[in-house]
Amino acid sequence: MRKIVKTLAPRIGTLAATALAGGLLTAFLVRVSPGFDVDERQLDPRLSEASRHALQQEHAVNRNVLGFYTHRLERIVLHGDLGTSSSLNRPISQLFRERLPVTAQIMAIGIAGGWTLAFALALPAVMCRSRVVRGMAGLFHQALLCLPAAALALIVFDLGGPVRALVALVICPRVFEYVRNLLAEAYAQPHILTARAKGLAGARIFARHVLPSVAPQLLALAGVSVSIAFGAAIPVEALCDLPGIGQLAWRAAIARDLPLLVAITFLVIVVTQVCNAASDWAGFRRRQA
Amino acid sequence: MKKPQLLAILVLAALLAAGVAAGLWHADSHARQFRELPSARPSSTFPLGTDDLGRDRLARLLYATRLSLLLAPAAALIATLLAALAGGTAGYFGGWWDNCIVRAIDLMLSLPWLFLLLAARALLPLNAPPVASLVMTYGLLAVLGWAGPARVIRAGTRHLRESDFALQASAEGCSELRIFSRHLIPNLKPVLLAQLWTTIPVFILAEANLGLLGLSASEPFPTWGNLLRELQNPFSIRPVTLAPLAVVMISVACFKLATPPQEQHS
Repeated sequence: MRKIVKTLAPRIGTLAATALAGGLLTAFLVRVSPGFDVDERQLDPRLSEASRHALQQEHAVNRNVLGFYTHRLERIVLHGDLGTSSSLNRPISQLFRERLPVTAQIMAIGIAGGWTLAFALALPAVMCRSRVVRGMAGLFHQALLCLPAAALALIVFDLGGPVRALVALVICPRVFEYVRNLLAEAYAQPHILTARAKGLAGARIFARHVLPSVAPQLLALAGVSVSIAFGAAIPVEALCDLPGIGQLAWRAAIARDLPLLVAITFLVIVVTQVCNAASDWAGFRRRQA
Repeated sequence: MKKPQLLAILVLAALLAAGVAAGLWHADSHARQFRELPSARPSSTFPLGTDDLGRDRLARLLYATRLSLLLAPAAALIATLLAALAGGTAGYFGGWWDNCIVRAIDLMLSLPWLFLLLAARALLPLNAPPVASLVMTYGLLAVLGWAGPARVIRAGTRHLRESDFALQASAEGCSELRIFSRHLIPNLKPVLLAQLWTTIPVFILAEANLGLLGLSASEPFPTWGNLLRELQNPFSIRPVTLAPLAVVMISVACFKLATPPQEQHS
């Protein structure tokens, strides 16, 4: 137990420090961005002088970045209050509750589909001696790597394809190369060559000998694919009109919605760091086992 | 140089030459509107037809090619230099500076690349003049794209710092600055070059994604990302409107092919 705490404590400390630094950096960038103080509502001729003054006061609270950030952290930690979106005028926690399931579904389908597709391409590329099969797998993965995710999203959307599965096509080529190299190394190991020579079934060799030997590295990559999946979800959700966190991030960025942008940055950093730490931990346990 | 590498460089040179030549021939052809010919089909006058504002698609594509093939490598060069400065000094000097740089790299890499770009680009004025918006887009790529290369360069520098020739130079009384500038940097050249070539296609794809989200250079400047926005109209998906996508894919593939192999440093 003490060993686990010793291993986990620095990781949790790093995670918290990274999340805090990320939130502060975002708040600072938004503060120094041109036009930060401008609120188009102030240009509304129907507003009275008092209303304009109230709007200016609203912005004045956010001018001191450190003050704004400390106040925000205090509210998050003590009251669980993420604040209110200035552009959508709704509580951020409510927005997250509504949109997280959409993004989680897109990312889950994307990660599962991407990994399945990557394995489906990598296994024949490693096992088969045919140059054609290897060439086709390589060509497919290179073609996907050369496509901008947003263009891919638009084409599939325009053609009425399954947009929720699009993230899989972004993850697949990034995972494929790594999986192929790992499998090639594993299949070249003497004990696996012996098993193949003795006529063991391919599925048995894969499940009992290959997969356990490459599991630690694959688990480490699994954490990274969460970050890739979120990056891909942004254009997919924004361009295909899917109401998820990616679309929210896009809208927050365009509307310069400081509280929302800081909250999303926080969320993204925490999720990616936790996933990376969890996959590293799982890989570490696997290596020890 | 291997044959595929040479071929890739030739294709890139041909694309750039076409873009530059088209710009010299008709400086404003990308912005000129043939108002009597909106959405014209391909013809001998307009080989790729015209867009809905009557602008020559081929002229715009060539102009965008010139911009992207000049600005993406320039941004990648700046990002690589920043990465060399941060990663090189962190790897060589170690200590608290190394810790700071590693934390900064971790922070940058913990955010998805597109999210980082999106957030940072939106903080800059979105209604800026076309030239300013173009500079901002590529400037942002240069400033934010250093973290990945810095990690590799830091590992390369640490590896070289512990190598025999560096230890011998140190033992013979060479100053740290001399070891860094005369011994390490020349040996880091292959790593830097590989990082530069690896970063260019990443920036091209990032610009294309930003353009499609409406956050790249503003009109009338055509960039590859802006040209791809025609795909937002489902009725406009035709082979001619897919031409910019084909050029993006060919260019990215060529840059990937032309990338020199990297040495692995643990």
